[in-house]
Amino acid sequence: MKIFVCIKQVPDTETRIKLKPDNSDIDSNGVKWIVNPYDEFAIEEAVKIKEPNQGATVTVVSVGPKARLTNSLRTAMAMGCDDGILIDEANSLDSLTMAKAIAKAIKAEGEFSAVFTGVLSIDDNESAIGPMLAELLEIPHVGVVSKLESAGDEWTAEREVEGGTKEVFTMKLPGLITATKGLNKPRFASLPNIMKAKKKPIKEMTLSDLGLSSDDVKIQLNQYQMPADKEPVKMLTGDSAAQVSELVKLLREEAKVL
Amino acid sequence: MENILVVAELQNGSLKKGTKELLSSLVGKGKTISAALAGEGADSIKEELQKYGVTQLFNQASLTQYNPTSFTQFFAEAIKQSGANLVLASSNAMTKDVLARVAARLDAGFINDCTELSFDGGIHLRRPMYSAKCSAGVNLKLEGTSIVLMRANQLPVLEGTESSTCEIKALDAGTENETLKVKDIIKGESEKLDLTEADRIVSGGRGLKEAKNFEMLEELANVINATVGASRAVVDSGWVPHSMQVGQTGKTVAPSLYIAVGISGAIQHLAGMSGSKVIVAINTDENAPIFQKASYGIVGDAFEVVPKLTEQLKASL
Ligand SMILES: Cc1cc2nc3c(=O)[nH]c(=O)nc-3n(C[C@H](O)[C@H](O)[C@H](O)COP(=O)(O)OP(=O)(O)OC[C@H]3O[C@@H](n4cnc5c(N)ncnc54)[C@H](O)[C@@H]3O)c2cc1C
Repeated sequence: MKIFVCIKQVPDTETRIKLKPDNSDIDSNGVKWIVNPYDEFAIEEAVKIKEPNQGATVTVVSVGPKARLTNSLRTAMAMGCDDGILIDEANSLDSLTMAKAIAKAIKAEGEFSAVFTGVLSIDDNESAIGPMLAELLEIPHVGVVSKLESAGDEWTAEREVEGGTKEVFTMKLPGLITATKGLNKPRFASLPNIMKAKKKPIKEMTLSDLGLSSDDVKIQLNQYQMPADKEPVKMLTGDSAAQVSELVKLLREEAKVL
Repeated sequence: MENILVVAELQNGSLKKGTKELLSSLVGKGKTISAALAGEGADSIKEELQKYGVTQLFNQASLTQYNPTSFTQFFAEAIKQSGANLVLASSNAMTKDVLARVAARLDAGFINDCTELSFDGGIHLRRPMYSAKCSAGVNLKLEGTSIVLMRANQLPVLEGTESSTCEIKALDAGTENETLKVKDIIKGESEKLDLTEADRIVSGGRGLKEAKNFEMLEELANVINATVGASRAVVDSGWVPHSMQVGQTGKTVAPSLYIAVGISGAIQHLAGMSGSKVIVAINTDENAPIFQKASYGIVGDAFEVVPKLTEQLKASL
């Protein structure tokens, strides 16, 4: 059984974001990079499925600049992935180009049983890579999965939608799952596993090795802006009755939202 | 970008607000507009669509339950037949999932979570980035098709004044196969608008002390027709389900009014709600970071302030 997990490296939420002087992108100097938190659910689930299966393997795949990305692949390996594929690309790509790169890299590896991604990455909220990848690999997918029964070759996946409603699907393998909170509790890597991860193999390639180029993108982001300064908060004073009366008045007459 | 397809969605038999927002952005812009509806209700929205100048509605009434396989086939076919070079949809669980897949099938550009859209001259699009710490302009390639998903509650709703004739085109492109089947639907308890679509939200955090005190927020929410949300701290404590979590690892919301009760305003919470138009913070700690993002702040005890607020609003609405 061969499983792939696709991860993205994103700025830590606590990181302060600054822009490049020409506003063409963020300034990545000083940014602390982490594995996208939703991808940890994907890694955990893949490793959990692999562990009781003799001979099963999990390969972690990611696209980004090698200099910083290697670190995140090692994190995934310390959590139990067996090997990695690093697609070295410094330019930012749109979702479709990224999905195409990952799909080509996965296809080149031969047969597989399942692919996991996080439901979205917290840098851009796109939520697109999973479904795109499934389409390009010509396999079914279930998105936003918070519960999975993964015995045998027909899996049952619970997909979370609006209003707390859950859509339950049965999916025949090979298939793709996008993981969300609730699916599992990602493990912390132990020190011995962190050491072991350093020796696990990483296959490196570039976009052009895959027959793609960053010029292929169909969507480009530009003209980055910091948010406009917001008006200072109006603190309402007096006892709670006075505060509440003032609030209702302001919501009605000033903000006009009631 | 002259030929546009809008993904139509229904609520209680008429067009959903998110769909109306998209159609409103096209009013008076001289575009050729098609719409696509998966599921029943084509007849009930036909008239509304005509007022917005929609000339054809692609529909497959049999698609009553979401399945990525059949919905991908349907939308891909509708887009192809319409010849649209721009597809607009309101971003939600269904559209995000299916249209990303459609984009891969049609080799189309795809961008989600946009918050600004206008058609003055060309198309103007922006979206928040990095949990709304900054924003970026979005450039679409002009050749080929682009699929753009807008966050709900970002655009004004205008009344349509056109008098086009809208032809319903029945498709049967969407079929399921044995690789992916819907087994069950577990209905959520909430009949309220989902957080991502709500125009008013009352959210509670650890300051509420225990699960049953969320009832106090429910009462306030009922009076102003709001949906109740929560911080991660209370979701992790098991007081409320994850579907109610607002923030970086919960829902991204953008209502006109967001009332944060007993929420400190951690950066991961702000990431999910700082796009709200008006933010009210009620917190005992005058130094809570939430006040820096708030429009109006009340330093006070939630158990005193919230019932009074509910009473006043009840009396005056
Ligand atoms: C990777 C990651 C992702 C995260 N994602 C999210 C997310 O999606 N959403 C999210 O919300 N958090 C998220 N968090 C957690 C976040 O960092 C905070 O821990 C969380 O938001 C705190 O919740 P809170 O404001 O309810 O609790 P606290 O921070 O404990 O704040 C409680 C507040 O209640 C006030 N209070 C106490 N008593 C009263 C009273 N009687 N009346 C009024 N006010 C009172 C206190 O002054 C305090 O400000 C994430 C964290 C990480 C690391």
